[in-house]
Amino acid sequence: MLGKLTWDAIPFDQPIPLLTSVVVILALGGTAALVVWKGWLPYLWREWITSVDHKRLGCMYFLLGLVMLVRGFADALMMRSQLALAAGNAPGYLPPEHYNQIFSAHGTIMIFFVAMPFVIGLMNFAVPLQLGVRDVAFPVLNSVSFWLTASGVLLVNVSLVIGEFAKTGWVAYPPLSELAYSPGVGVDYYLWSLQISGVGTLLTGINFTTTILKLRAPGMGYGRMPVFCWTALASNLLIVAAFPILTATFAMLLLDRYLGFHFFTNDGGGSAMMYVNLFWAWGHPEVYILVLPAFGVYSEVVATFSGKPLFGYRSMVAATLGICVLSFMVWLHHFFTMGANADVNAFFGVLSMVIAVPTGVKVFNWIFTLYGGRVRFTSPLLWALGFICTFVIGGMTGVLLAIPPADFVLHNSLFLVAHFHNVIIGGVVFGALAGYTYWFPKAFGFVLDERLGKASFWCWLVGFYLAFMPLYALGLMGATRRIQHYSETGWQPLMIVAFVGALVILMGILFTILQLVVSIRRREALRDRTGDPWNGRTLEWSIASPPPPWNFSELPHVEGTDAYWGMKQAGRRADAEPRFEAIHLPRPSAVGVVIAFFASFGGFAMVWHIWWLAIIGLIGVTIAALAHGWIVHREFEVPVEEIVAFERQRLLERPS
Amino acid sequence: MSVTDAFTRPGAAKDEVPYSERGPASIESVAGFGFWLFLLSDVVMFSALFAAYAVLANHTAGGPDGARLFDKGYVLLETACLLFSSFTCGLCALAIEKRSAAATYLWAAVTFALGAAFIGLEISEFVRMIGEGASPTRSAFLSAFFTLVGTHGLHVSLGLVWLVAMMAQVATLGFLPIVVRRLLCFTLFWHALDIVWIGVFTIVYLGAHA
Repeated sequence: MLGKLTWDAIPFDQPIPLLTSVVVILALGGTAALVVWKGWLPYLWREWITSVDHKRLGCMYFLLGLVMLVRGFADALMMRSQLALAAGNAPGYLPPEHYNQIFSAHGTIMIFFVAMPFVIGLMNFAVPLQLGVRDVAFPVLNSVSFWLTASGVLLVNVSLVIGEFAKTGWVAYPPLSELAYSPGVGVDYYLWSLQISGVGTLLTGINFTTTILKLRAPGMGYGRMPVFCWTALASNLLIVAAFPILTATFAMLLLDRYLGFHFFTNDGGGSAMMYVNLFWAWGHPEVYILVLPAFGVYSEVVATFSGKPLFGYRSMVAATLGICVLSFMVWLHHFFTMGANADVNAFFGVLSMVIAVPTGVKVFNWIFTLYGGRVRFTSPLLWALGFICTFVIGGMTGVLLAIPPADFVLHNSLFLVAHFHNVIIGGVVFGALAGYTYWFPKAFGFVLDERLGKASFWCWLVGFYLAFMPLYALGLMGATRRIQHYSETGWQPLMIVAFVGALVILMGILFTILQLVVSIRRREALRDRTGDPWNGRTLEWSIASPPPPWNFSELPHVEGTDAYWGMKQAGRRADAEPRFEAIHLPRPSAVGVVIAFFASFGGFAMVWHIWWLAIIGLIGVTIAALAHGWIVHREFEVPVEEIVAFERQRLLERPS
Repeated sequence: MSVTDAFTRPGAAKDEVPYSERGPASIESVAGFGFWLFLLSDVVMFSALFAAYAVLANHTAGGPDGARLFDKGYVLLETACLLFSSFTCGLCALAIEKRSAAATYLWAAVTFALGAAFIGLEISEFVRMIGEGASPTRSAFLSAFFTLVGTHGLHVSLGLVWLVAMMAQVATLGFLPIVVRRLLCFTLFWHALDIVWIGVFTIVYLGAHA
């Protein structure tokens, strides 16, 4: 009846997961109870859960990323504290089978459920506004994407309470991830949560590529698109081209595990290295799916706070698209040690180094934008400056690792761990937090507290260096990744420094949370009624903050790059009487949350081999999708009076 | 505006507003483009399965190989069913263009019958192979074969479900613009499956020789 699910699945004998589970369940239950008790549920259902507004979905994506950042960081703290303790004869406090789940969960969560929601959240919020349009190409599909991502998040977190998570590392290489060596449900949780959220990500890729290529304000030719939109385009093209590979690869591993196929098994002629190849054929583009939009954020931030147009717009676009193409030609550098011949390794080594060229172009463009500008050192710009310094170091260690002979020594060492945290924290996380601080006033109509924002930045920056520079050294000293204990006590001092660094990063995260709470409480003092708190250059700053559901009361006409800057320079068209028309907006839809509801049950059922529930999940998804097909009236009209009233009110409130 | 115009016009008149600056595209254009992207992603997924097949084609683990298992004449019959269904699907599209419900139903029914025949032939081929001990658990080659061909078959089956749903839409909603858009997306999907099948036929079946 319940497949493999028994009471043994609840970790009664393991105090850490059990206690965490109880706390999480109490927190979630408490929040749900509060929402119901206060009568907020109808509002949440109407305005957020069933919302198909790209701005709302963007905010929910980002919030999801922030919550999961706390979860993923808790894993990081446990790893660093274990390694600060477990030297020589000391065993530390985490048993190996638990430690293995922690590093697997940490990687999976940070990549798929923190970095991806951050990046997709920012794209959701900002891309349609920058393009000067009213929504994405497929608003309902956008909601489906979000809720499928949330469904994947749910499954990963359920694994904490019921059963276990993968012990294979976030890459789940076979043969370790095959049934013979991982008979538990951990790998199945990993696979199903990523399959479900992966569908959501693929739909996002299709949606945003279509949006950027087909929906732009009149006059916004490709050469006039903000750089963030260009990087979003490159990122979404990569999603469309790369995520299906991951889906196919995981499907093969699932067939191995569930039906006894022989894709990656040791016996029957399977090829484990094929998994590694296919995984990184997705995995390397994934790196750029994450970091390209972050590059876009930095481009916006650096130009805005230097008060200058971005230096070398065309070279920036060319570099972005160059990276987009090259990202598919370097996957083998993740496993030079596979045993391919020297020519193959040399080819991939050289191409990996070639990526440093367009990246270098970008770095110089940012520096030249700052040069001679009227630089305002706000917290978004601090994140950008911290990024430039940090990312250059990470990039250079990457070039080191791209040399196959060096890689043979450093492969799977803490040097590698330090390298990719260097580029992902310095690149993606800093970019996400820069974008969050930069666009927050647009989303909510008040700016975030600057002092706490700067405090968060300095903690992250200092904490990052304290936590990861020792890891470079440890890697060169021979420490490998994914170790739970080491006998070489000489490593312990550096391990303790790294732990202290993690604590400083923790302070940074706490400051970010505190900043949000304090800013919400002081929102009247921090209110921005101009809609343009940073003296921005792109179209999102031309409208009210928060923007009305229809974004633009009148579609803007674009006459160059930095469209809004141009409008401000030309005078605000005060003479032209705007001609408003009624606007059609998509209706809210519950189909996304309903599909994700059934997908969650279906995924859970597949993990535990509860076949009847899996069939119910599949039928539920199918019926929800089909039923949605019969909803024909999908739009409502915003009457012109409402738009006129909104714009009048805005003019009255705007400080002169 | 016809498709050829879209390609020939930008250079034709220099004083015209370039295509990229004309503002948001029509819903027909947006929906069609999005679906093309979906098809592209689907083709990428198939390419991963093709790659796996190419790697594992000789990994028979002492079991039967393709040359022994495949009956090329039988597969030719399968192929004929599928390719002909694409032709009738095209006729269905013409009927949709004329908003002729009767002709739409007729050609949809023929397309469905041919698609179902393809699936029936494929299933009986699978059953025969498994009966001969050539099941997907026998070797990596057979795992890859059943997954690649089976995924294509699953797509065709989903296409059949979609086709039935679309006929129900035509019956209940008529030729609303949204229904016509979906019908055209369906025809794209159906033709794309043909293209994938040509890859399967060439690489899997013709590629297997002793």
